[in-house]
Amino acid sequence: MAAHSLSPPLSRLLFTVKYVSLHSRCCAVHSKAHYSTVYNPNEKTFDKILIANRGEIACRVIKTCKKMGIQTVAVHSDVDSSAVHVKMADEAICVGPAPTNKSYLNMDAIMDAIRVTGAQAVHPGYGFLSENKEFAKRLAAEGVMFIGPDTHAIQAMGDKIESKLIAKAAKVNTIPGFDGVVKTAEDAVKIAQEIGYPVMIKASAGGGGKGMRIAWNDDETREGFRFSSQEAASSFGDDRLLIEKYIDNPRHIEIQVLADKHGNALWLNERECSIQRRNQKVVEEAPSTFLDPVTRRAMGEQAVQLAKAVQYSSAGTVEFLVDSKKNFYFLEMNTRLQVEHPITECITGLDLVEQMIRVAKGYQLQHKQEDIPINGWAIESRVYAEDPYKSFGLPSIGRLSQYQEPLNLSNVRVDSGIQEGSDISIYYDPMISKLVTYGATRNEALAKMEDALDNYVIRGVTHNIPLLREIITHPRFISGDISTNFLPEVYPDGFKGHQLEVDARRELLASAAALYIAAQLRSQKVLGDQRVSTIPVKCTHWELCVELGKGCHAMEVTKSGDVYNVEVDGGKVEVIGAFNLASPLLPLTINGSDRMLQCLSRDASGMIVLQYLGTVFKVRVLSKLASELNSYMPEKVPEDTSSILRSPMPGTVVAVSIKPGDTVAEGQEICVIEAMKMQNSLTAARQAKVKSVHCKPGETVGEGDLLVELQ
Amino acid sequence: MYLNHSLCRINTIYSFRPTYSNFWGHVLQGKLTARERVELLLDPESFVESDMFVEHRCSDFGMEEDRNKFPGDSVVTGRGRINGRLVYVFSQDFTVFGGSLSGAHAQKICKIMDQAMTVGAPVIGLNDSGGARIQEGVESLAGYADIFLRNVMASGVVPQISLIMGPCAGGAVYSPALTDFTFMVKDTSYLFITGPDVVKSVTNEDVTQEELGGAKTHTTVSGVAHHAFENDIEALLNLREFFNFLPLSNQDPAPIRECHDPSDRLVPSLDTIVPFESTKAYDMLDIIQAVLDAKDFFEIMPNYAKNIVVGFARMNGRTVGIVGNQPKVASGCLDINSSVKGARFVRFCDAFNIPIITFVDVPGFLPGTAQEYGGIIRHGAKLLFAFAEATVPKITIITRKAYGGAYDVMSSKHLRGDVNYAWPTAEVAVMGAKGAVQIIFRGKENQAEAEAEYVDKFANPFPAAVRGFVDDIIEPATTRKKICSDLEVLASKKQVNPWKKHANIPL
Repeated sequence: MAAHSLSPPLSRLLFTVKYVSLHSRCCAVHSKAHYSTVYNPNEKTFDKILIANRGEIACRVIKTCKKMGIQTVAVHSDVDSSAVHVKMADEAICVGPAPTNKSYLNMDAIMDAIRVTGAQAVHPGYGFLSENKEFAKRLAAEGVMFIGPDTHAIQAMGDKIESKLIAKAAKVNTIPGFDGVVKTAEDAVKIAQEIGYPVMIKASAGGGGKGMRIAWNDDETREGFRFSSQEAASSFGDDRLLIEKYIDNPRHIEIQVLADKHGNALWLNERECSIQRRNQKVVEEAPSTFLDPVTRRAMGEQAVQLAKAVQYSSAGTVEFLVDSKKNFYFLEMNTRLQVEHPITECITGLDLVEQMIRVAKGYQLQHKQEDIPINGWAIESRVYAEDPYKSFGLPSIGRLSQYQEPLNLSNVRVDSGIQEGSDISIYYDPMISKLVTYGATRNEALAKMEDALDNYVIRGVTHNIPLLREIITHPRFISGDISTNFLPEVYPDGFKGHQLEVDARRELLASAAALYIAAQLRSQKVLGDQRVSTIPVKCTHWELCVELGKGCHAMEVTKSGDVYNVEVDGGKVEVIGAFNLASPLLPLTINGSDRMLQCLSRDASGMIVLQYLGTVFKVRVLSKLASELNSYMPEKVPEDTSSILRSPMPGTVVAVSIKPGDTVAEGQEICVIEAMKMQNSLTAARQAKVKSVHCKPGETVGEGDLLVELQ
Repeated sequence: MYLNHSLCRINTIYSFRPTYSNFWGHVLQGKLTARERVELLLDPESFVESDMFVEHRCSDFGMEEDRNKFPGDSVVTGRGRINGRLVYVFSQDFTVFGGSLSGAHAQKICKIMDQAMTVGAPVIGLNDSGGARIQEGVESLAGYADIFLRNVMASGVVPQISLIMGPCAGGAVYSPALTDFTFMVKDTSYLFITGPDVVKSVTNEDVTQEELGGAKTHTTVSGVAHHAFENDIEALLNLREFFNFLPLSNQDPAPIRECHDPSDRLVPSLDTIVPFESTKAYDMLDIIQAVLDAKDFFEIMPNYAKNIVVGFARMNGRTVGIVGNQPKVASGCLDINSSVKGARFVRFCDAFNIPIITFVDVPGFLPGTAQEYGGIIRHGAKLLFAFAEATVPKITIITRKAYGGAYDVMSSKHLRGDVNYAWPTAEVAVMGAKGAVQIIFRGKENQAEAEAEYVDKFANPFPAAVRGFVDDIIEPATTRKKICSDLEVLASKKQVNPWKKHANIPL
């Protein structure tokens, strides 16, 4: 434990601090879990489990362990020593420095941790060592139970080539493609031509969209081969690739399976995971609007056949691509707990982690297939620390200076492993939390999600709530008309935030004006005895100008009590609100409907930054006089950005493809930045000669750092 | 007859907004007129002008001619209100003889300064002047001196703020320099003793106005100005905001504004903010902002001597002065510039009854010839002096390092700190473990073991706590709650220094 190295009195002190925060956190968390299955305290499982993971999934597993009366051991890297999962666990062991291959993937250190703590079983979570057969083998050798399937199933399903062959044999529908190992870029091109474009190139050992590229022609195949093999090597330590037919416009629907060591297997219905960017899931729901009971059963039964074919035990997921005619093809099987498992838990009432632990101990499944219900609807939004305005999400880092989960709302579940003050670093996945809402119907769950996103306070890092809220309120999403191409189809020019309609714009402007007035009036509220009396401005009517983008909107506001009547752009808006100027949340009633706005910042020069309908808008409120005089102010010329290349995100420079004096063509690769294990190629905006290069491979760069200057 | 004539001209002046095509338009490019500035700075319709009829008295060089006389001359003066609170204002008018200072101009300024002193209200100067009225000769110089004297007499009695909104050169610069705060407008304001031409002829240096005395120079290099704003409007609106923090005079307590942020709010993020490695940096501003009312911090000199952070904020509505070492810059050490920056701020707070809250993470004074030759001993003593003589409520929080003499300096218990807290991560010691061990165990083997022993004994808050040098070791999350409750109690603090004509701070 990190505190071991500190002096005794100090560690005592730190422990007090830890205990207090831990206690309050756990209480909040437990009141929110909803499972219909009742834990049987007489069913003995393990005394102590080590969780070989971090972040939200480690916290998720610890919660169930606590429910089952199992002691927990957290492992952590040095930078994670005060992370939430470390605080929640009964014991914590540092397994190395920040980079994952030295800590969370460091099997030697984790094996040592198991020995030192005497843990009887290991829950691997997802990612890291969860599908690593080597790890499973080493655990088996030491007599430690791996909470997951046995090595055979991991091996069979972990290899995409082998898994397809097994699936075929088990009479599961599969996609046409090349079932061998691709050695060189030219091999890749040849195979791609045989199958026919488009093709998908992916890491044989991969998952989670990492090391995965789509190619539409020979050049893209070569580039895809290069990137995928590099990413595969850095993420999984295995650069083998496979190539298969790419199904255009498909849905990604997966079946949750649960099997025991006695040959019983169940399918726990589907999860619709079609909303993706760069092959990573963003919004998931269960059930899917698309499946009819017959297709659902067919998919479920094939998934169970596959599980049985590999003598699968524990929880697993069989992923399918479903085309518009409801043909479905086996994609891969994930032999672990999925990120999006909570939505299945919400509609079935099962605690999957609890079931995994039971199964690992050797108990039979408690349920029969006919016991598995679909109760209501659940939706999950993955809240990421990333900028949705750049390629639907490029990682951002920072410190969560303010953080409030919307747990005050009912039917909301938030799985997170961070808290106010946590750092989102470049070393790990930028996921902040999984926000899950549920309801009796899909509409209820969607309305709740809207509310929850509006009430979610995240400050200090850029996050993707604007995008999430746009997705779940988009007519196509609401009608269920989605595919894995949803984002590029709906936002062909990239995500630009919420586009304000006339009414919504008026509401935003009026809210900003009301907030401005509330703040102005508060400035006059000086308390205590005054030697020289204060004479406040007696004003109930204001003439203001509100700037939004390039437009300037004149408005008149009258106020009585908490009611602000605003005339703007030829329309009237009534805003009712008792403004708490210290709170990030602004609950307002605008023209009779309740709206939750957020105030991100407010300064003396009238600048107000508001989050409205999920998107952040910068507004400037000025008195009429100040606005008129503002036209005399000189305009400051912004920096010319076409000739400089700045890093769009924090990360590590992997390669620099040019040197000063080179001439680059438009779109030519200039350098490659790796962040959160994703490689991103940065290209020239126009043809130019390279003036200077300010980065070199291996260097860490921050967002906005100057990389290359063009002439 | 004369009156009518004058009023007519006053009206002309009052509504005078030159267009860009004429000469004044060129002069005003990007700037507001003197009256527009006053109107924007003060509450609507609160301005009460004085000496609108005063004219200059020069009779040489044709100045006596009617066309060279302007009612009010080159400055607008009077009183008004900012958020209902009284303030005296002068605003120099560049459209009248380049805002140059005549005897009459000076007399108008002196008059409102005298009134401000008798009433006990702050003075704000909006400076935009080409310098002395050369036609008036020594009369103009006398005018400057009259203002300087009043600046000095008012110092520590009423807050004085200068906002430089145009050129300010020669003798004129000393009035802003004598006031408590000097703000500038970027790109349109300059402060220098002599302009680039004279510099060229004397020292043969080629330098632009902007480089010599622009906002960037004075807020980053010289430390003459305390803040710079984008343009006239932002400067004036921010000045209104800044004014809210200040008491009207030294007879008034720190103002209390209605507060929406609960005074007992816990700040859990502070529990993890100090890194485990004691050499790793963090941002002291994160701590400061998390503790304050609604993260509302008006930082003074944010771009100068960044290893110390100073500024105004509120705790449960009451204005406080914040001083904090900034570990992110030069490890938060004290050097010449940061000592002077801190000392001046502490003295302002003390003069105007503003409680001082000090966040300490200081590895010591910066060593080296540059510092020693520059007089770090003398300048460092200023900060020590300022903290020691201050009689306002003083609350200190040691977040991490408090090493050596710098520990003493940073509002320690020994300098009459009222409440001194340490976080569990605090290390109060003469120096860091490595250096200490090299001295104590010189030549001994097993330095690592000795170092561990030293860390165990001293790299924690207990040695200071058992001696009563810190009053309590607190959970970081409770910092805001504790400070707010202490300030409530300390509001009635009375402490008097021995009678003296004035102290002799090592200047």
